[in-house]
Amino acid sequence: MNKESNEFQYSPALESTSIVKIAERYGHFINGKFTSSRSGKTFATINPATEEILAKVAVGSKVDIDLAVKAASGAYKKVWSKLPAKERGKYLYRIARLMQERAREFAIIESLDNGKPIRETRDVDIPLAISHFFYHAGWADKLDYAGLGIAPRAHGVAGQIIPWNFPLLMLAWKIAPALAAGNTVVLKPAETTPLSALLFAEICQEADLPPGVVNIVTGDGKTGAEIIAHRGIDKVAFTGSTEVGKAIALSLATTGKPLSLELGGKGANIVFDDAPLDQAVEGIINGIFFNQGHVCCAGSRLLIQENIYNEFLEKLKNRMGKIRVGNPLDKNTDLGAINSKAQLQKIQTLTRAGAAEGAISWQPESSLPKKGFWYPPTIFTDVTMAHRIAREEIFGPVLSILTFRTAQEAIEKANNTPFGLSAGIWSEKGSRILWVAKELKAGVIWSNTFNKFDPASPFGGYKESGWGREGGRHGLASYLLRNEASAKSPSRKLVR
Amino acid sequence: MSDRIEVLKTNKLFINGAFVRSESGRSYRVNKANSKTFLANLALASRKDLREAVLAAKNGLIKWQSATAFNKSQILYRIAEIMEGRREQFVEEIIALEGLPKKSADLQVSQAIDLWIWYAGWTDKISVIAGGENPINGPFYNFTSPEPIGVVGAFAPDAPSLLGLVETLAPIIASGNSALLIASQRYPLSAVTMSEVFATSDVPAGVINILTGNQKELAPWLASHMEISGMDITSLDKKSEIEIRKAATSNLKRIGNFDTKVSPERILAFMDYKTIWHPIGI
Repeated sequence: MNKESNEFQYSPALESTSIVKIAERYGHFINGKFTSSRSGKTFATINPATEEILAKVAVGSKVDIDLAVKAASGAYKKVWSKLPAKERGKYLYRIARLMQERAREFAIIESLDNGKPIRETRDVDIPLAISHFFYHAGWADKLDYAGLGIAPRAHGVAGQIIPWNFPLLMLAWKIAPALAAGNTVVLKPAETTPLSALLFAEICQEADLPPGVVNIVTGDGKTGAEIIAHRGIDKVAFTGSTEVGKAIALSLATTGKPLSLELGGKGANIVFDDAPLDQAVEGIINGIFFNQGHVCCAGSRLLIQENIYNEFLEKLKNRMGKIRVGNPLDKNTDLGAINSKAQLQKIQTLTRAGAAEGAISWQPESSLPKKGFWYPPTIFTDVTMAHRIAREEIFGPVLSILTFRTAQEAIEKANNTPFGLSAGIWSEKGSRILWVAKELKAGVIWSNTFNKFDPASPFGGYKESGWGREGGRHGLASYLLRNEASAKSPSRKLVR
Repeated sequence: MSDRIEVLKTNKLFINGAFVRSESGRSYRVNKANSKTFLANLALASRKDLREAVLAAKNGLIKWQSATAFNKSQILYRIAEIMEGRREQFVEEIIALEGLPKKSADLQVSQAIDLWIWYAGWTDKISVIAGGENPINGPFYNFTSPEPIGVVGAFAPDAPSLLGLVETLAPIIASGNSALLIASQRYPLSAVTMSEVFATSDVPAGVINILTGNQKELAPWLASHMEISGMDITSLDKKSEIEIRKAATSNLKRIGNFDTKVSPERILAFMDYKTIWHPIGI
C-alpha cells in the first residue's frame, strides 16, 4: 500500500532563501531601536530541520524589561493615547501593507526558524497575520460601536507572551487588537522562534510607528515571567500551555490585573456514519497533521462511529501514506520539522506511554532526515478515554482514535476533558450537526471543515482552555475597559 | 387572638429544590436589628452541604441549559409574580433584620421584584446583543453565540439584603447557568424567603441552590471545587478576595467582580463564546 505512494516521485521544489538576510546577532526592539541586552547575554535560535544556528538573540532580563515598559508607558501617555483614533488605524493599515510587501521574506524566515513547511507559512501564517492587522485597523476609530459603551478605554501597556507554533500569526493576534484599542505593547516571542518578530520590528520602523508603541523583548520563560510581574504592565495576554497559563493566573491573583489566556486543547473530531468520508479524511489529516500537530486546537482525538470504523481507518491510513515529510523549504512538503528537541522528547514520552498503556500505534513508511528533529505521522488505535494519549495534549503529529455508537456517547467522550478549545463534526445531516455543536463544550466548532481561522472569527476556549477570545469584536474586548457610565442599565435607588 | 402562639418557621438550606437542614446539624442565631432579641436560627452549611449543592446544580443544568430562552424568560417573570404576593413578608423581614424604615424596605422589595423582570427580558436578547454572524474571508458560514458556562458560585452581599441578592443571582441564571448562592451571614432571611419563592415559581430543581452560613468558611471550598465553572466575588472583602482568586485558578474559573450593580455585563461574565463554522457550497 505504501509502495504505491512512492511510485510517483516528486522532484524537490526548494524555496530560495536568498531574499532573506538574517543578522548574526539581534538585540531587543525597545523605543523604536534595536538595543542589546544590558547583561550582554544571548542565546542561539536554530533551524530545527538542520540544527544549524540561525542567529544569536538577546536574553531579556529585568533591566531590559524596565526599559521596554518605560518606553511603552511613555509612548502610551505622550503619543498613542493622544493620537486621533483614525490615525492610529492608519498606522495599522500601513503595517499590514508593508508586511504584504515583505510577505515572502516572512514566509521563509518563519519556515527556517520554526521548521514548518513553506507552503503553510506562505499560504496560511503570513496572509492571516497580515489580514489581522488589516481587520483591526478598521476598528481603531469605531470603538464606540464595539458594544462596550461609548468611549471604552484602553488598559495602557499590554504585556504579551506568545508561543512558537505560529510565531508571526500569534504576534498579530496580540499586537493588532492591542494597538487598535489604543494600548501600547511589550511582547516576548517564544525562545525558539524570535526571528519573525524581529523582522516585524523592522516593519514598525519602516511604518514610522511612534517609538515605544511596540517593544519586543526576546528571551525565555524567565523573561516572560518578568514581563508579567512588572508593575508597569496594565494587562497581560498569554498564549501557551494550560500549565503555564494557570501559573500566570495564580501569580496575578494578588494584583487583579486583567488577563487573557489562550491555552491547551484536546480537540475531538467526530465522524458520523453519514459523513462524506473522503472529505472527512482530508479534514482529519488537516486537523492533526497541519503544522506538525503543533496546534492548540488540533483535532487530536478522532471519534469514529463504530459501523464505519474499518472502512474509515483504511482510507485514513491510505491517505497518511501520501503525506510527504521532509525539508520545510520544499514546496511539496506536507509535514515539516518538530520545533525543538524538547518538544520532540515530549512527543516521544507520550507516545511511549500510549504504547505502554495498550494502545496500538501505526505509522506509514517514511524516511526521516538524519539531522534535525522529526516525528512521522502517527495514529493510535485501541485507545480508551483513560489513556494519557487521550487526555494530555501531545502537540505533535499523533492522533488518538476512539469509537462511539450514538451521538450521545460521542458528546460524552468529546466533553470528557478539562480542555474546551475546539471540536469537529463530520455529517451530512444539518439538524444533527447543530445539535452536536450545541452540546459540545468548546469555543470553536468546525463542522465539515477543520483548522480554519479568520480575523473576524472569535477564537478561544471553554473550561481550562483559556479566558477570553481573540479575533472579531469579542477579541477586541480583551483590550478595552467597558464604559459602564454610558450604558443605560436601570439605576438603583436606596433610601436609608 | 393575642393568646395564640405564633407558629415559627424552621429556616433551612435550599438544595435541589428541597428544603434541608445542614448535614452537620449546625445552626447559628440572628437577632433583631440593633438589639439582642432573638429573631431566628439559620442553618450553618458545611463543606458537605456545599458539595451536595454542586451536585444539585449540575443536575439543574441539564434542564435549564436546554430550556428555551422564552421559557427561561417566563420563569424569571414568574419569580417576580410570586414575590409580589409575598412582599409583606419580605418587607417585614428587612425591617426586622436590617432595621430599615418601612419606606426604604418597601422600595427595596419593589426594586428587587422589578429587577427580575428586567432580567426576564434579557434571556432571549442577550445572544443577539453579544453574538452574531462573522464575515469570513472565504466560503463559510460562521457565527458566534454566548453560552452559559455551567455551575456558578456566588456570595450575596449583606445589604441591601434582598436587592443585593437579586442583583447577584438573577444575571447568573438568566443565561442558563445554575447557581450556588451563599447567603449573607448577617442578613440571611431574604435568602430563605427567596428560596421559598423559587420553589413555587417553576424554577427546575437544582437551578438555584442557596446555602446559609459562614461565607468565609465556605468560600475556599467553593473556589477550589473543580465542578464549579465561575464565581461572583463582588461582595467578598479585599483580603479574602486574593485567596479566593488564587484557589479559583485550579480550574481557571471565570471570575466576576463587578463595579456596577445592574448590567448585561453581569450576564456575559458567566457566558463563554462558541463560534461555529460550516462551509457554504452546492
